[in-house]
Amino acid sequence: MNRPRYGTHLFLVVMSAMWLLPLLWTLYTSLRPKAATDKYGYWSLRGPFNLDNFTTAWTQGSLPTYFVNSIYITVPAVLLTLALSSMMAFAVSRFVWKFNVTLLILFTAGNMLPPQVLAAPLFEMFKHTPLPYSLSTSGSLLDTYYAVIAVEVAFQLGFCTFVLSNYMKALPGELTEAALVDGASVWRQYRQIIMPLSRPALAALGTLQVIWLYNDFFWPLLFLQTGSRLPITTGVNSLQGQFLMNYNLIAAGATITVIPTLVIYLALQRHFVAGLTLGANKG
Amino acid sequence: MTPPTTLATVAAPARVPAPPTRSRRVRRLSGKDRWVLGIMVGIPTAVQAVLIWIPTLLSIGLSFTRWNGLAISGIKPAGLSNYRFALEDYPPFWPAIEHNVIWLVFLALVATPLGLLLAVLLDQKIRGSRIYQSIFFTPVMLSLVLVGIIWQLIYARDEGLLNNVLGTAGHPDAVDWFGDPHVNLWAALVATAWRHAGYVMVLYLAGLKGLDPSLREAAAMDGANARQTFFRVVLPAMRPINIVIVVITLIEALRAFDIVYVINHGTNGLELLSVLVIQNLVGEGQVLGVGSALAVILLVVSLVPIVTYLSRTFRKADR
Repeated sequence: MNRPRYGTHLFLVVMSAMWLLPLLWTLYTSLRPKAATDKYGYWSLRGPFNLDNFTTAWTQGSLPTYFVNSIYITVPAVLLTLALSSMMAFAVSRFVWKFNVTLLILFTAGNMLPPQVLAAPLFEMFKHTPLPYSLSTSGSLLDTYYAVIAVEVAFQLGFCTFVLSNYMKALPGELTEAALVDGASVWRQYRQIIMPLSRPALAALGTLQVIWLYNDFFWPLLFLQTGSRLPITTGVNSLQGQFLMNYNLIAAGATITVIPTLVIYLALQRHFVAGLTLGANKG
Repeated sequence: MTPPTTLATVAAPARVPAPPTRSRRVRRLSGKDRWVLGIMVGIPTAVQAVLIWIPTLLSIGLSFTRWNGLAISGIKPAGLSNYRFALEDYPPFWPAIEHNVIWLVFLALVATPLGLLLAVLLDQKIRGSRIYQSIFFTPVMLSLVLVGIIWQLIYARDEGLLNNVLGTAGHPDAVDWFGDPHVNLWAALVATAWRHAGYVMVLYLAGLKGLDPSLREAAAMDGANARQTFFRVVLPAMRPINIVIVVITLIEALRAFDIVYVINHGTNGLELLSVLVIQNLVGEGQVLGVGSALAVILLVVSLVPIVTYLSRTFRKADR
């Protein structure tokens, strides 16, 4: 078993280099002023290097607005998803009830559909739902965060309910049995027994959901028409048009967009990987 | 792919536990508790019903109508004409189907096996395994929008890394990797594989780590070599995860949207079924009926992996 595996290492090193190359190239391009790349070409090892592209992309690309918008969407959506899915998971996993499995199947199926299947009806439903102008400048649910948050929550509910219900099923039944003997209500069993015990699963799912919703492109693209309301992932796409052919600025914008995900990943790596594989291993 | 992906995708349980026999029946609960439970189930179910299940049915309904999306009263029945139009008279339809099939085949034959290979290699006690894992996993955290933008920097005709390395940058016959309709599908697939392989690797690695080590020891004791151990012992034992990976690959291929939309809005060689749906909803003319017919076709195809997966996962639970 311990003979040196040069072939394996060689393969892994080459693959790693190929994997890192696009990221490093992006970073490298973003650090070079446009004037330098115009003069020497992008394929060159000449300075100067500075952060000018980052400041330009940050201010001209309205990145701060996009980031704030991402927070407006991601934070409520993740909290709502976890709250609703944990309640649903608690109910279907801790109680025997006629439509348990049917509902769980329908929830899971909903999460696996391609979002485009639902695009037309949701768009029209929101367009034809009037809202007072004090709540929405469009007079309907279109172009509002409510629409985006609601659909993001609905779409993630299935996966989270599925994972959490498996997790909660694995918790010993005696826990709530004892609480019931003590006369604890269903709500107290949920809040004070099951939820605290599910903390690892909730942390993992929460991390995963933050990154997924931050990365979501499609729903904001469909529902939000005002450019200044777009979240970062949808907004960063418009940089390509705005910084036409200025690849240095585009690279800087892309790098800035990656940073929050990278920070979350490095800080909560364990949770993130656990969240991805939770469903795959928990039984 | 969305989320997910995103892409968002689904990871599934290796095994669903037997139904909890110790759980209590709802009937024995007090009135107030039943109300609380009803609300806990009712709100999420209502959200799902209003925003997922009803829209799915509406999509099917709309596919048999002609409508411009304005007044509800303007909805006219159209029979099967939308489907007939999509299949017979809509030029991008068959190219899109072909691209979706290529997408699936490429993921299934290249990206997914590469992820499996990486997982198997990194599951060995190998130096720097964690560092390798982190490297291959990094693209999984990126949105497909960013994947598209980052690879644009590689693929750009005169400014991109690839043509500069090949030495063709600046020549009139340099390949525009994302622009040339003969190669852009493959260019987009390479970028997609960059992300997909890492995702498969993480899932499979978790499965391998959870595998009973005595299986391998027994195989080694019987004199099986590494290859035999993997194909005869490990792979069959990983069956539940294998199914998850197959389903994820299928669904990712059907959901593919973000990256081609970022590259050129899914035109000129990058037509995909999901993109055609959207083009018919937001484009000029707004042919909702045709868009919905395409959506229903996408739905029917998606139901194959979804139903396969669900029936396998829930068979034991649903007696």
